[in-house]
Amino acid sequence: MTEIKKLIDENGLRVDGRKLDEIRPIKIEIGLLANADGSAYIEQGRNKIIVAVYGPREAQPKHIGLHDRAAIRCRYHMAPFSTDERKSPAPSRREIEISKVIREALEPVIFSEYYPRSMIDIFIEVLQSDGGSRCAAITASSLALADAGIPLKDLVAACAVGKIDGKLAVDLSDVEDKLGEADMPIAYIPALRKISLIQMDGIFTEEEFFKALNMAKDACMKIYKIQKEALKQKYLQTEKE
Amino acid sequence: MSVTSQVEPLTKIKSKRMMKLLASGKRLDGRGLLDYREIKIENGVVEKAEGSALVSMGNTKVLVGVKIETGQPYPDLPNQGALTVNAEFVPLAYKYFEPGPPDENSIELARLVDRGIRESKTIDMEKLVIIPGKEVYVVFVDVYILDHDGNLVDAAGLAAISAILNAKLPVYRVKENGEVIKMDEYVPLPVQNCPIPVTMVKIDDKILVDPTLDEENMASAKLTITLTKNGEICAMQKSGLGAFTLDEIVEAQKIARKKSSEIREKFFREWC
Repeated sequence: MTEIKKLIDENGLRVDGRKLDEIRPIKIEIGLLANADGSAYIEQGRNKIIVAVYGPREAQPKHIGLHDRAAIRCRYHMAPFSTDERKSPAPSRREIEISKVIREALEPVIFSEYYPRSMIDIFIEVLQSDGGSRCAAITASSLALADAGIPLKDLVAACAVGKIDGKLAVDLSDVEDKLGEADMPIAYIPALRKISLIQMDGIFTEEEFFKALNMAKDACMKIYKIQKEALKQKYLQTEKE
Repeated sequence: MSVTSQVEPLTKIKSKRMMKLLASGKRLDGRGLLDYREIKIENGVVEKAEGSALVSMGNTKVLVGVKIETGQPYPDLPNQGALTVNAEFVPLAYKYFEPGPPDENSIELARLVDRGIRESKTIDMEKLVIIPGKEVYVVFVDVYILDHDGNLVDAAGLAAISAILNAKLPVYRVKENGEVIKMDEYVPLPVQNCPIPVTMVKIDDKILVDPTLDEENMASAKLTITLTKNGEICAMQKSGLGAFTLDEIVEAQKIARKKSSEIREKFFREWC
């Protein structure tokens, strides 16, 4: 990685030319996998993430089945070639934690109680990572769940807000995340007006925290629009066929 | 892979009573919604460890041992010491803890405690270098859960910070031929902050601090906010199947701010 000292230039623009409240370009494709019950692919900046959903299907192994709801299984995994230096394919502690927080970010929107003793699988493969991959993965996962026809209360949109060169900025890239002072990923459920994922590391004052919360919510609403548009595109296309 | 886990349901009579009490701002053990259980901290309980602390919060007991050794620095941080936090949910602590490699809950807890310590720069890592780029101190913080009655994160966070603040650093001397030898001498570990985590759960639409295991099992979601001695937020984590409104998170932040400084004032006054 080349050493970049300033993350914001004299015009107030970031390393990739974005404004502080500007999200990276997002490209979404839905239903691209033949075998999965639902799937979605997202590109956000240089992130390239593919998500497959299987189920609801019989809980396997049986003991994970719950009597009153579907068990959600979630695996966030990074491909060995997704990072600057090769990442071992064995799940790291970071991936295990992220799998858990992504599952818990999605659980609130799934009508799990409709499918007792079954399981719903969410498999996330990060093909290329560029900072904010857990958020992009959540955004894509909720679309893959919708594509699988699983009843949802709403989609989940996720975006991080961080601090770079002392200023708050949304949707941090790899470099900004590494050199920045703070990072706070958030997942937002617009229909419920609820936050289903919030994590933070770095240093925020109280004032920065409040401002960051609102910036994250606004960014999530932008992403939510793109999500809905992508679903509509897919749906209209199917109708035409 | 992360799988929805079965929570142990409370007996009907207990859950009904809990809800009835909550409606009037009370809890099963007589506490108010924003009260901690009695916290006890005992330092230096394991003499062979460079630092150790046993924290009890009600029936929850967590032991943290700090071992300090030497090793190579991280390649991207050649002029800093290293810190690793690990948590063991040992089977003696709870009937559903199984022996084996750390599961997602213990990894999450360890990483959350780690973030609190690391991001607040509690340990001055730049002072932990023996030979720049070659030999540095490695601080191992091992969290040992001994008895689980909820709020493991706060108990672990307090035990970790207490053990670190009281840890001694073995002195090493570098000989002319580059050999590093351990002296029979200790200095205090260079510390400069005191992060305190505050964990809250949401039951119905009420926010409670320091949940017991029963309360955690009734809760829809949990939120931990860690604050530094200067009142900055340095770590945060939501967990559980539910979600929080924006207002609830704003409220939780205020509660955490107040509670963390109360705890710091009570137990770590000399460090801030």
